[in-house]
Amino acid sequence: MPSLPTLAELPVGKSSTIASVRDSGPSVIRLQELGLVPGTQVTMVRRAPLGEPIEIEVRGSRLAMRNHEAVYFTVEAELK
Amino acid sequence: MLYALVGNPNCGKTTIFNALTGLRQKVANYPGVTVEKKVGECISQHGQKMRLIDLPGSYSLNARSPDEAVMRDVLLGRQAGTPRPDRVICVLDASNLERNLYLATQVIELGLPTILALNMMDVAQARGLRVDGAALSRELGVPVVECQASTGTGILPLKLAMSQADLPPSLWKQPSLPDTVTAQLASCRNVLCEIGAIDARSSMLEPLYLINDHDPTHYGIAGEHVQHIRASRERVESLAPGWEQSFIRGRYDAIGKIVTSVVSKVAIQGKTATDRLDALLLHPLFGIVGLGLVLTLLGYMMFTVAEGPMGWIEGVFGSLAEWVKSHMPEGDVRDLITDGVIAGVSGVVVFLPQILILFFFVGIMEDTGYMARVAFIVDRVMSWVGLNGKAFLPILSSHACAVPGIMATRSIDSPKDRLVTILVAPLAACSARIPVYSLLIATLMPSSEVPPLTKSAIFVALYATGLGGAFFFAWLFKGIVMRGASSPMVLEMPAYKLPSWRSILLHLWERAWVFLRRAGSVIVGITILIWAASTYPKTAGASSSENLANSFAGRAGHLIEPIIKPLGYDWKIGIGLIGSFAARELFVGTMGVVYAVESEDDDLSPLRDRLREEKWPVGAPVYTPAVCLSLLVFYVFAMQCMSTLAVTRRETNSWKWPLFQLGYLSLAAYTLAFLAYQVGLRLCA
Repeated sequence: MPSLPTLAELPVGKSSTIASVRDSGPSVIRLQELGLVPGTQVTMVRRAPLGEPIEIEVRGSRLAMRNHEAVYFTVEAELK
Repeated sequence: MLYALVGNPNCGKTTIFNALTGLRQKVANYPGVTVEKKVGECISQHGQKMRLIDLPGSYSLNARSPDEAVMRDVLLGRQAGTPRPDRVICVLDASNLERNLYLATQVIELGLPTILALNMMDVAQARGLRVDGAALSRELGVPVVECQASTGTGILPLKLAMSQADLPPSLWKQPSLPDTVTAQLASCRNVLCEIGAIDARSSMLEPLYLINDHDPTHYGIAGEHVQHIRASRERVESLAPGWEQSFIRGRYDAIGKIVTSVVSKVAIQGKTATDRLDALLLHPLFGIVGLGLVLTLLGYMMFTVAEGPMGWIEGVFGSLAEWVKSHMPEGDVRDLITDGVIAGVSGVVVFLPQILILFFFVGIMEDTGYMARVAFIVDRVMSWVGLNGKAFLPILSSHACAVPGIMATRSIDSPKDRLVTILVAPLAACSARIPVYSLLIATLMPSSEVPPLTKSAIFVALYATGLGGAFFFAWLFKGIVMRGASSPMVLEMPAYKLPSWRSILLHLWERAWVFLRRAGSVIVGITILIWAASTYPKTAGASSSENLANSFAGRAGHLIEPIIKPLGYDWKIGIGLIGSFAARELFVGTMGVVYAVESEDDDLSPLRDRLREEKWPVGAPVYTPAVCLSLLVFYVFAMQCMSTLAVTRRETNSWKWPLFQLGYLSLAAYTLAFLAYQVGLRLCA
C-alpha cells in the first residue's frame, strides 16, 4: 500500500481529510486539541514566501504551523 | 460571588471583561510567574457586588504555557493566593464554535455553574453561519447569552444571567475514558493526595490535567510532586497507548453532534473581508512591502515623534532641578535632590513616550489581528536562529529602546523563546547608543577628511554588528544552553477586526503604570548610588573635574585601569565606563566632566577636539583609531543600562537572568573590544 501524503504536501487551495496522526508529542497533541483529529476536513490556505510556515483552515479557524509539525498528519490521497 | 472569565485567545473575552467592569479593575502578577492577574468588580441586578477574575486566554485545560497553567490552577482552586471561583463565564467565538466548545466542555466538566457568552455573532453572520444560542442552551443545559461585545450588545442580558440565584446543572457528559485509564487516574489521585500535591476533595479531573501538562516543572507544582506525576503519566501511557488522542477525538465527536443542531450554514459565501485583506497583506511581495511600511511608521514614531515629548520631559525636570538649585542653599542635600533624585526620576519618566507609542502600536496590531500576520511573514527567517515569528517585534522595537522591547516579549507564549528574546534584546542598537557612537565616530574621523558616507557606513555597520550579535547569541542560547525539544510554532490567524480603542487605552495605561512603579524604583535607586560614587569623597576647593577624579568613581577608574589597559583605555576612560554603567548615554556627559569641557546643547565638537588632543603621560595620543574602534565595539555589546536590567528582573521574576545578561554581555564586550583593539593596532601599524 502506498503511503499517504502528509498535510505538509497538500497543494495550496486544496482540501483533504486527516487520515491519521503519527505522533503523540506535546505539540501534536495541541494541534489535535485545536481540531486536527482524524476525519476532519483541512484546506491548505497558503504558504509563507519562503515555503514555511503554512496556513490551513480547519473547523472554521485558520492555523499557521511549520512543516515540521504538519508532517505528523497524513491526509487522504483524494483531493477536493 | 467570584466569577472566572475564561475563553480561547481572540474570542473577545477582554472586551467583555472591560464592558462588565469598566474602570473598576486591578492588575497584578500571579506569584512566581509573569502572568497578569486581572480582577474587576461589577454590580448585580440586585445591587450586589460581584467580583470577576479575567483568566488568560487558553485553548485547553491541558496546559501548554504558564498562562494556560494559571487558568487551570485557578479553576481547580490550586492557585495560591486566589480563591476558587464560584461560577464561570465561558466566552465563545460564535464563528468558530467547534474549537471554542472544546475548552467550554472541559470547563463545564469541572462542575462549577457555568454561563456561556456566545460572542462575535456578527462575524459568524458575515461568514454565512446562523448560530442558535437557544439550541446550544438546550443541548448543554447551561444558560447561553448571545453577545457582540464590540458594540456592547448582550452585556445587559449577561449581567442578568450572572445575577440569577441558581444556575441549572449541565447536561453535558464527559467523553468516556478506557477503564484502565480511569483506574490509573484514581490510583494517581490517591498518591497525589497522600503526598499533599492535591486536595482530598479534588475530583478525578485534577490528576488528569496534571499528568497531561507536559511541562509540569514550570507551572507551580512542587518539585517533589513532579516525579509522581511523571510516573503516573508513563503508567497511563503504557497501559493505554494513544488514550489522549482518542479522548480528544471523542470530545470532538460529541461537539460535532451538538454543532450540527446549533449552527446552520445560511449561504456559501464568497471571499470574506479577511480573505481579501490576507491576499494583500500576506502577498509574497506586497505583504513584505506593507510590513516594511508599518515598521517604518513605527520607527518614525519611536525615533522622531517620541523625541518631542522626551525633550519636554527632560526640560521640565531640568527646570525643576534649576528651581531647586536657586531656592536651596548649596550643599550635598541640594545636589542629592537635583543630581540624584530628580535626575533618577527623570531618567525613568523619559522612557514613557517610547513605551506608550510602542504599546499603542502593538495594541492595534494585536487587536486587529495583524500581529499574527507579521509573525507568519517573518517566522521562517527567525527560525534560522531558533526563535519564532513572535520574537520579531520585541527585537525590532529594542532598536529604539530595549525597555519597551523586553516588555513586549509577553506576547511570546513559549517561556524558553521569551527568555532568549529578553536576553538578547539589549544587543539591538538602542537610541541611547547614538550619542556615544556619534562622539566616537567624530573622534575617529574628523569631518574634514572623511566623506559623510563613510560615517554613515560605520553607523550601519554598528547596527548590523548589534543585530548580528543578538542573532548569534539567540542561536547559541537556543542551541546549546537551553537545549531540548524546540517549541512548536502554532499560531492562530484570527479574522481581522476593528480595534477596540477602550481595551487598547486601558492596556496602555496598565503597562505605563507597571513600568513606572516597578522598574522605576530600581532605576532611581541606582542613579542615586552612581551620583554618590562620583561625588564622594569631596575634595575641598577642587574643580568638578578634579573632584570626579578623586571620587569613588574616579578611584575605581584608576583601580580598573590594569584591567582595561589591554583594550587601550586609560583610567579616564575607565571613569566614563563606570559613569555610564547606569545608562550608556551618560558616557558623553561623564567624559565632558572628566576633561572639564563645557559644551553648549548637543554640540559634540569641543569634546571631540579635546579627546583628539588627549595624550598618555609618555606623549602618545590616547584616542587612536584602534582605541576608538575598541570603544565602539565595547558599546555595541556592553550591558550599560540599569533600566534594561530592572525590566529584565521584573519580566523574568528573578535576579538570576538580569545578572546572567549583565555577565555574558560584559564578557562579550570585553573580549570583542580587546580583539578590536589588537586588530586595530596591527592594521594601523
